[in-house]
Amino acid sequence: MDNSSSPSKTENLSKSRKCQTVELSALEKQLINLLQHGLPVCERPFAQIAEEISSTEQAVIACLTKLRSEKVLTRFGPMFDAASLGGAFTLAALAVPEADFDFVTEQVNSFEQIAHNYRRDHDFNMWFVIATESTEEIEKVVQAIEIKTGLKVLNVPKLKEFYVSLYLPV
Amino acid sequence: MSTITQEQEKLTDQERQYILLTQNGLPIIQEPYHAIAEQMDISVEQVLSLTKSMQERGIIRRIAAVPNHYKLGYQFNGMTVWDIDDGQAEKFGDAVGRLPFVSHCYLRPRFLPEWNYNLFAMVHGKTEESIAKYRGQIKELLKEVLVTRNHDSSQNIITKSNDMLTSTAILKKTGLRLKK
Repeated sequence: MDNSSSPSKTENLSKSRKCQTVELSALEKQLINLLQHGLPVCERPFAQIAEEISSTEQAVIACLTKLRSEKVLTRFGPMFDAASLGGAFTLAALAVPEADFDFVTEQVNSFEQIAHNYRRDHDFNMWFVIATESTEEIEKVVQAIEIKTGLKVLNVPKLKEFYVSLYLPV
Repeated sequence: MSTITQEQEKLTDQERQYILLTQNGLPIIQEPYHAIAEQMDISVEQVLSLTKSMQERGIIRRIAAVPNHYKLGYQFNGMTVWDIDDGQAEKFGDAVGRLPFVSHCYLRPRFLPEWNYNLFAMVHGKTEESIAKYRGQIKELLKEVLVTRNHDSSQNIITKSNDMLTSTAILKKTGLRLKK
């Protein structure tokens, strides 16, 4: 597993919320709504989609290419089960004293095995995903974080994952 | 099927190759699977049947578009957490996962007394009010199985049966990729 697609950064959500929403055309909306449910597995999937919405294959391809390049779609294609890719994962949290928050953020983010890290409004105010090659390595990273920060890690790996059918209509 | 299989299958070389070629996305062209077939040096029929087989075995969750929540106006998310009866957890977790505003739904271990929640469900909405409403909908669904705990009756400290943690900053975000 390799967590290298973007550099680590702190993003203030309330600031970035203001102006991110984009204007979408009718075709863009139709495609976003339809394709969240899935793309047919066949030789010409975009022709089939075009037929469903009375458009053309060419228009669908042009529209999706634009949505992808403008990052309105963060992904388009097969979504793989992370565990099938051979890694091990856990969700973990720390209750960080407010005065030490920035310092502990640096300490935790310095581990390359930390994939995501969010600040949340709770006593456990720092929540992160640890992604490693093996389950044994998860345990080592948890211990190393405890030693480095002097804080107890709440380690809550998934016991069961339920299928979801998230749908964000536009 | 209510839950996703936990055991890891060993990937074949062909599956590994398929993942490496498509993990950054399916080519948006007339015949995307032909392009993959060419690079794998197999027939398009083989690529289509490999795709379907990986889908059936849960290696591929789905083939779909994933929008940027924020750009569509879904700017609020909440990690809702619930303390529910273990005997009913699978049945009710499955029902929560089916709600259209839930993006992730897991059972996780408790660590009493500091962490009593065993069900996690991430919700997304366009306003703060909407995610509060979604939390309410989940609560309604789970009302029969929420656990009431009272750790210290002398001080009347009652542990909450549910909570919602909203994110106030992204501290780090990287993608997960299979290494070449």
